[in-house]
Amino acid sequence: MSDTLETLIKAVTSRIVAAADELTTLDQAIGDGDHGVNMKRGMEAVAAELPKIAAQAPGEALKAAGMQLVMKVGGASGPLYGTLFITLGKELPGPVDRAVAARAFARAIEAVRARGKSDRGQKTMLDVLMPVSDALSAGAPLAELRRIAAEAAAATVPMKAIRGRASFLGDRSIGHMDPGARSSLIMIEAVLDVLEAKA
Amino acid sequence: MNDKVGIVIVSHSPDVARGTADMVRQMVGTDVPLAWTGGDPGGGLGTSVERIMAAIGDAWSDRGVAILVDLGGAESNSEMAIELLPEERRDRVVVCNAPIVEGAVMAATEAWGGASLEEVRRTAEELSPA
Repeated sequence: MSDTLETLIKAVTSRIVAAADELTTLDQAIGDGDHGVNMKRGMEAVAAELPKIAAQAPGEALKAAGMQLVMKVGGASGPLYGTLFITLGKELPGPVDRAVAARAFARAIEAVRARGKSDRGQKTMLDVLMPVSDALSAGAPLAELRRIAAEAAAATVPMKAIRGRASFLGDRSIGHMDPGARSSLIMIEAVLDVLEAKA
Repeated sequence: MNDKVGIVIVSHSPDVARGTADMVRQMVGTDVPLAWTGGDPGGGLGTSVERIMAAIGDAWSDRGVAILVDLGGAESNSEMAIELLPEERRDRVVVCNAPIVEGAVMAATEAWGGASLEEVRRTAEELSPA
């Protein structure tokens, strides 16, 4: 695995672990209150396996990280983020340039969409991932991706949840940021920080 | 080889899963292969893909296995568990879109009568609001 990928995985895991309380607070407002705890457990499992994960080729490393999330998260976000990383691994077996990364990201999000039987506008992680993916494919610079991700997460606040536990709340789900949108934003910001520091 | 479709119960709560399995046992008996799992990998409320895979193995029947789930995470984790099964087993496991307790009892009753996996699923799903 490349040093960059290892740095990226480290950045993503540590940011999510650090944000666990914030994610749980968001999830207590409109979900079942376990998003932070679950993601922390999954990301700590990835971090614990990092030496073994880092010894593999990039595609295999991403798949291995995704499997840790699938096996250790324990909530709906496990198969969703697991599917995201596993599909990225399948789509990124070799050298990565921007076009390859954009296509892989788009396909990984497609897989998440199928797994969650969800779509944009339903107050989920897709509401952050899909606009960022579109902008990435369109060639937007990193700073613009950062702005789009933050705006997209904020835009989930007034949405009414259609999928997941929050959907049971109906109109009462309005007024809170979706916890999955927030965790996706945190991961994207972690990745952008690493890429910008390198650039 | 068992000649009846197996039933797996997956709840976020081990107590709900075990209690549902108790109801199935009491109402349908012990002829139907049955397994249950509940709780996340850390011991809290949630579900574990690894344990769902093990439960499918425990309730395995060559006629197939029907899974009954409670909330969304139990459903997506069950679907993930099915995908991770050996290829020859994947097509013979289904997640029923049915209420967990009533669905499990109805599915097990249908399975006890020797129905196919598709018939078991259909019977359980008749309980779902359209």
